[in-house]
Amino acid sequence: MEFGPFVKSILILDLEGKRVASKFYSDDWPTNEERRTFEKNVFSMTHMKNARTEAEVTIFKDEIVVYKFIEDLHFYVTGGEEENEVLLATVLEAVLGAIFIVLKKKVNKMEALTHLDLVLLCLDETIDGGIIVDTDAKSIARKATGVSLDPGAEELTIGEALKSARGQVMKALSGFI
Amino acid sequence: MAQPLVKKDDDRDEEADYSPFLGIEKGAVLQDARVFNDPQLDARRCSQVITKLLYLLNQGDSFTKVEATEVFFAVTKLFQSKDNGLRRMVYLIIKDLSPSADEVIIVTSSLMKDMNSRTDMYRANAIRVLCRITDGTLLTQIERYLKQAIVDKNPVVASAALVSGIHLLQTTPEIVKRWSNEVQEAVQSRAALVQFHALALLHQIRQNDRLAVSKLVTSLTKGTVRSPLAQCLLIRYTSQVIRETGVNSQTGDRPFYDYLESCLRHKAEMVIFEAAKAITELSNVTTRELTPAITVLQLLLSSSKPVLRFAAVRTLNKVAMTHPMAVTNCNIDMESLISDQNRSIATLAITTLLKTGNESSVDRLMKQITNFMSDIADEFKIVVVEAIRSLCLKFPLKYRSLMNFLSNILREEGGFEYKKAIVDSIVILIRDIPDAKESGLLHLCEFIEDCEFTYLSTQILHFLGNEGPKTSDPSKYIRYIYNRVILENATVRASAVSTLAKFGALVDSLKPRIFILLRRCLFDNDDEVRDRATLYLNSLGDGSVAETDKDVKEFLFGSLDIPLTNMETTLRNYAQNPTEEPFDIDSVPREVKSLPLVEKKAPGKKPTPLGPPPPAPTSASDAYERILSTIPEFANFGKLFKSSVPVELTEAETEYAVNVVKHIFDHHVVFQYNCTNTIPEQLLENVTVIVDASEAEEFSEVGVKPLKSLPYDTPAQTFVAFERPEGVPSVGKFSNTLRFTVKEVDTSTGEAEDDGVEDEYQLEDFEVVAADYILKVGVSNFRNAWESMDPDTERVDEYGLGPRESLVEAVNAVISLLGLQPCEGTETVPNNSRSHTCLLSGVYIGNVKVLVRLSFGMDSSKEVAMKLAVRSDDVNVSEALHEIVASG
Repeated sequence: MEFGPFVKSILILDLEGKRVASKFYSDDWPTNEERRTFEKNVFSMTHMKNARTEAEVTIFKDEIVVYKFIEDLHFYVTGGEEENEVLLATVLEAVLGAIFIVLKKKVNKMEALTHLDLVLLCLDETIDGGIIVDTDAKSIARKATGVSLDPGAEELTIGEALKSARGQVMKALSGFI
Repeated sequence: MAQPLVKKDDDRDEEADYSPFLGIEKGAVLQDARVFNDPQLDARRCSQVITKLLYLLNQGDSFTKVEATEVFFAVTKLFQSKDNGLRRMVYLIIKDLSPSADEVIIVTSSLMKDMNSRTDMYRANAIRVLCRITDGTLLTQIERYLKQAIVDKNPVVASAALVSGIHLLQTTPEIVKRWSNEVQEAVQSRAALVQFHALALLHQIRQNDRLAVSKLVTSLTKGTVRSPLAQCLLIRYTSQVIRETGVNSQTGDRPFYDYLESCLRHKAEMVIFEAAKAITELSNVTTRELTPAITVLQLLLSSSKPVLRFAAVRTLNKVAMTHPMAVTNCNIDMESLISDQNRSIATLAITTLLKTGNESSVDRLMKQITNFMSDIADEFKIVVVEAIRSLCLKFPLKYRSLMNFLSNILREEGGFEYKKAIVDSIVILIRDIPDAKESGLLHLCEFIEDCEFTYLSTQILHFLGNEGPKTSDPSKYIRYIYNRVILENATVRASAVSTLAKFGALVDSLKPRIFILLRRCLFDNDDEVRDRATLYLNSLGDGSVAETDKDVKEFLFGSLDIPLTNMETTLRNYAQNPTEEPFDIDSVPREVKSLPLVEKKAPGKKPTPLGPPPPAPTSASDAYERILSTIPEFANFGKLFKSSVPVELTEAETEYAVNVVKHIFDHHVVFQYNCTNTIPEQLLENVTVIVDASEAEEFSEVGVKPLKSLPYDTPAQTFVAFERPEGVPSVGKFSNTLRFTVKEVDTSTGEAEDDGVEDEYQLEDFEVVAADYILKVGVSNFRNAWESMDPDTERVDEYGLGPRESLVEAVNAVISLLGLQPCEGTETVPNNSRSHTCLLSGVYIGNVKVLVRLSFGMDSSKEVAMKLAVRSDDVNVSEALHEIVASG
């Protein structure tokens, strides 16, 4: 994607900077060792910051890092120096929003690991090989939970299932979407 | 989050240790994977096992080939299950296992079935998985389905196909390009994401076709763009079109500027920012064009969202480099950002202010920065140091307070990179501001008294050796230098010895005392230190107050004008082949290898649009020399002087791709034609290039080396050699025709038919130009090199270059015409500057050193004038360079 937006990595780390689930879409870090080092660097630059109400941003070795913390989880979306940081923040909020929905509002390390399948599916539905697939949290969550994509059927299934939760979810979501 | 959750600390400790994957072991999980083979599949259990496998893969656990294959085969069994959730996990793990080609075949049929399923989720995902793991051959089988999928009524399916298309375009462009009708249709889709993905793919398919991109942009900027993402894409494409078309010379209007400006009023912040950024990056942007973008960015500076503040200040910071005046309106907002919680934002604000500030505000700013420096990370400190350096160069009168600031922070704690940035800055200030020299040198001396970095100590000692002897009182530095000999490690001691010797060689009155110090170094316990001391003691004379011989100075301290990488390769070759002969420094090639060969993109490589460039391939000219030396016909041509960069003789993506490399010898020229056959159904034999040299009178053909066979996609070379008069830089134009015997190949068996047909293929012409006879050889200190050349060889003249777009263009044109190496970074012209001096150096054929000083000036009507001054070892060569410019 010479011109298109390109996401280089999404990191989900815990309070100690350990990987909960991370995806790397760029060749910048071919080995797991380099990936760990990158995570460590990003974490040590940011973990003291307060990024709980608004997404924060920094630049680290020509890499734009947009991040937000929820409970004991640290979420990062990174892109190249030329990337539009507002756009990366949109991707971050999409991932967060979708994970928020599939984890039923309980976003923390234990829940994320217990439902790791859903978390990974959310990432898979947001970014494909660095290219943005979707930035709508609800639609990502819907695809990740594997409910039929037929718009008619969706109203009956996930609509019903989440109806009770939706009011609250949306209220919470409006805080950061 | 909107509702912060109250945490109980005692609860946390227990939780922190708990993880569903606690004590997970690869061996056990692989055992668990056996449930995939059960006749009665338990979907839930299988999903759990896949999750565990995904966890291991995500954590970076590596599976052996056997393990991965086993898991993969087991997973393929799961296609029997009808469970949606499980199928989704199967898709996910197949992508993560990245199966090999023969494994892919096993799942192909299952995935193809899913691609045609009635369940949209199956279709979308099967497309993504299959495209991810497939190779070109399989793609032709599924191409039909993919084309349908692109225009599928379900947007998720269409997006899946389009996104896959974007990836596939990197590996199999010829197939994806056939889908442009469908992609074009998808651009009109009512679904926002489909339009976004289709637009991205369509642009990539057409990106080499300027006209098509321009049409695309024209129609969409007038049409409906349904998502902020697509709008951002369109802004990027628009900028590209603007870049390529330039300003309308009559009206002074820029096409599409109005569109960019209208995007500043879009409702999505992402789009507003993208448009503002695009406007600021327009080449030669005018103040009138900038103003609306700056206004928008200024508003973002006081946004409550850190990301927006950051984006705005980062962009304004860049604008400040070229248009500082345009940014001054934001200074008040910028100053309030110095105390921003986010230190990245604060740093950018500071450095922007440093760029836009005027002389009177320097002191006030420095005060603010001093408080600020203590609480930011080294990375940011470096940025600030660099900004202060440029500020100081801008306001040399303020050097005292800025130099003080630098020396203060030099004494504080900090890592290597940070200290290096400070030292580099002080060195630059010393070089450019004569008044700052003495105080700067003393600051550096004090720093090495307590410096933990060997590299910095040796660099400073070297610099002291060059600059110290030229000061009013050189003796005051000796103490600091000799302290190093007493206190430091061997590396630093050795550099200190060299520095002492330089003082001895350049300051005659100090020589007797330096000799006493050097003699003490003869008892050092390190070989290198003793050797250096001995060398200097023996070559600098007898220790009396007398002038040191010029040759000795040149030998000891003259700069080595051989690129170190070349030296390293030659020495390595020398060491590998034991020989009685002594090493000959003249055998080291002097050409700077700055241009890496254009390499074909490795298939399967993910695009990294913004990553660092790939490491340069091993030196091209070494490889050339090796190839040429294996050809007996060319063995008596002597030493290779220069090889040009490859010149393409065919358009991109034609049947046969040919480029030529020009090898220059003393009496000869050899053309190396690199040929690639891009048709799988053909085998070429007896390939030669017929060269028509009727427009190159001084050249006569002396030999041809045909290429026996050229199979599909295996590049190979054929050569043609010419003789030419010695010493004269003969130029001429050559027309080329590729002649060969073509044989049909059965692609299924790979066997060629016996009978072939003779055929010809017209290639483009190329020229041998004067620059082919000039080697790019840099010099480390241009001024020294220039002054050491005989002024009598200097030839100066002035030339008018006519109207030019910009000075950059004029400078580049002259550099490439002369084929010389730009020195000291003078090839980069600051944006919008009206005058520029460029320093070039090189070696002319016959091993004649050439130095060139170019001064450019541009007047208000964009007319460029140039003054060319040449010095060289041979007056004739100085004149020859003028002839090149006069005739070019």
